[in-house]
Amino acid sequence: MLKQIEGSQAVAETIGLCRPEVICAYPITPQTHIVEGLGTLVRKGIITNCEYINVESEFAALSVAIGASAGGARSYTATASQGLLFMAEAVYNASGLGLPIVMTIGNRAIGAPINIWNDHSDSMSMRDSGWIQLYAETNQEAMDLHIQAFRIAEEVGCPVMVCMDGFILTHAYERVDVPRQEQVDAFLPPYEPMQVLDPSDPVSIGAMVGPEAFSEVRYLAHYKQMRALERIPEISAEFKERFGRDSGGLVHPYKTEDAETIVVALGSVNGTIKDVIDEMRLDGKKIGSLSICSFRPFPLERLREILSPAKQIIVIEKNIAVGMGGILSANIRMALRGLVQPVTTCIAGLGGRPITKKSLQEMFDKTMRQEVDDINFLDLDWEIIRRELDREKADRRSGPIAENILKDIGKRLEE
Amino acid sequence: MEQEQKVKFYQKGTYTVGNRLLNVKERSVQASMDRSNSLTCGHRACQGCGEALGARYAIDAAMRATRNQVIAVNATGCLEVFTTPYPETSWQMPWLHSLFGNAAAVATGVAAAMRIKGRTEVRTIAQGGDGGTTDIGFGCLSGMFERNDDVLYICYDNEGYMNTGVQRSSATPPTARTATTPIAGPEPGNVFGTGKNMPMLAMAHKIPYVATANVAALHDLEKKVTKAMHIKGARYIHIFVPCPLGWGSKPEETIHVARLAIKCGIFPLFEAENGKVTSTVPIREQIPVDDYLKIQKRFSHLFKKGHEERDKIAAIQAMADENIEYFNLLNSEGGS
Repeated sequence: MLKQIEGSQAVAETIGLCRPEVICAYPITPQTHIVEGLGTLVRKGIITNCEYINVESEFAALSVAIGASAGGARSYTATASQGLLFMAEAVYNASGLGLPIVMTIGNRAIGAPINIWNDHSDSMSMRDSGWIQLYAETNQEAMDLHIQAFRIAEEVGCPVMVCMDGFILTHAYERVDVPRQEQVDAFLPPYEPMQVLDPSDPVSIGAMVGPEAFSEVRYLAHYKQMRALERIPEISAEFKERFGRDSGGLVHPYKTEDAETIVVALGSVNGTIKDVIDEMRLDGKKIGSLSICSFRPFPLERLREILSPAKQIIVIEKNIAVGMGGILSANIRMALRGLVQPVTTCIAGLGGRPITKKSLQEMFDKTMRQEVDDINFLDLDWEIIRRELDREKADRRSGPIAENILKDIGKRLEE
Repeated sequence: MEQEQKVKFYQKGTYTVGNRLLNVKERSVQASMDRSNSLTCGHRACQGCGEALGARYAIDAAMRATRNQVIAVNATGCLEVFTTPYPETSWQMPWLHSLFGNAAAVATGVAAAMRIKGRTEVRTIAQGGDGGTTDIGFGCLSGMFERNDDVLYICYDNEGYMNTGVQRSSATPPTARTATTPIAGPEPGNVFGTGKNMPMLAMAHKIPYVATANVAALHDLEKKVTKAMHIKGARYIHIFVPCPLGWGSKPEETIHVARLAIKCGIFPLFEAENGKVTSTVPIREQIPVDDYLKIQKRFSHLFKKGHEERDKIAAIQAMADENIEYFNLLNSEGGS
């Protein structure tokens, strides 16, 4: 059914259609509307046969989900930013135990300085935690990915994070097609656990493993993701058959066939990138883009196949690997190992800074003319940075950086 | 039919009754041939481990009370490590270990799964040491209490981080030597005026049931676990379990040390329902705390020849006296 609703509400309704049995809720911006929506759906009896548990922290939220999943229940939670970091220990634990929990990340920056707006620092910090990570481009895809996520998680025995950009998607009202219950039921069978706590067949889960077998256990976690690499496109194809639209899969190439320059990115920024590409194509520029949906497992071979004919790759990063550059670019370079194409890193949109068409186009043009560094920052305010560096040079007790910068910006507005 | 027998003979100085003096029905679960042996032999606990003993009695009693329908969630710690060294497990029951600080929350999840799956006969127990309970697991535990989730949490209190090599926890008593409160400086050992009283904190949540138990009073321990398993909602049992390694006590004296902790008043035995104390185990014959402290090397610095720390011993005596007064342990008659 077509509806004009908020992204978070759309996700909440979709989770409901997936027949979750235990939902653990702890509020953190910008994920709050999802768990609020689910709470209402459970209270109103629209989601039935479901335990909705208000917990005391994100660490508890995922811990409750771990217990519920090990008890054989389909389990779901959602978080963002500091919340994901606070549950980090349980994030690794859930995947280590092979529990197919699905968790939404409303992508948000990590402090300090505290910032509630969007970037990918949070989910990127957990990229090697053993969870599958899927990034949604639109609210429709965010919904569809959750349905696919339960299917992937439960088939493979591995938890899945569905990452959707905070505010940009979570708080945006868009027209979405909400599937019917029968459609979802036909696609997503009831959860049959691979391991379960049951007094009639007692097992020990989470036993200690020493050097004699730890590597084998870790290899099997990697093997699961390699299996997921095959299953993700198959499940996406089956989804298309039943629901009639392309959603999920490993990657979404856009006008890449003859492209000399390909722009790679994760998540909602791909919409803006595609608009820019359409305009640049009108000017005869051979540019295309590639949206990565499955960041973990990382589709090395598929990426190589699409990217290797291009002369130049630009990676738009909504994160910064401080002291190194961009996380996605490093992964892309791995996909292109042995090849000579330059891979340029563009750090953009940190802490919710808008990524505009104008800035992107300028940066793409400059990069195509080879006028930028390997690592560059979109729309960086060099004046503010220079002032702070001068202040630090002049005075040992120069004060807190964030406060200084805000004062500078305030002064500039007055001038 | 068996004659009802009135108990008259207690172990010296206590109200502890020998098993054979009781009617068959009243004898301990552990004395029964059909006990579940949920924590079975072959594990790697140290000699004289109080925690292994306490866990064995507690879980077997819980299994009996529920006709073996128990799932256990274990915090990281000695109990977890010594029972599941790869590739073996001592648990003859469904058992899950997740992390150090989340046993209570994981148990909440297990209980929720059982409810939603219609397995209402299956009950959930979370268990951990004092570090996993009073320190790192406190947030999750308080959350589980506050929501009144249907979980029995058992804390095996050996008053320190024994698994990592005897460091101080918020359950470590004052003056006790640990690796992080060494015998050095102006205030040797753990300092006075610190620590948490976890059973009282549990009571403050007004949960249906809170009890303290001790491996020297195993009938009482089993009785409390059994009672807890017949109550719905959040329940907490705090079991005193000596650690010969960490306390510097003789492995063969674990029960003796534990009994002296009861007799001197430093570890009061009581039950509380909905935030109010409902029963206590009285002390038949109070002993000075010296007797309890002297047999543990962690307190030996208090008893150096010619340099006895009488002030500090008196301060510990005052703590024991305060317990005795608060719970009225000397004046109440009875027996458990």
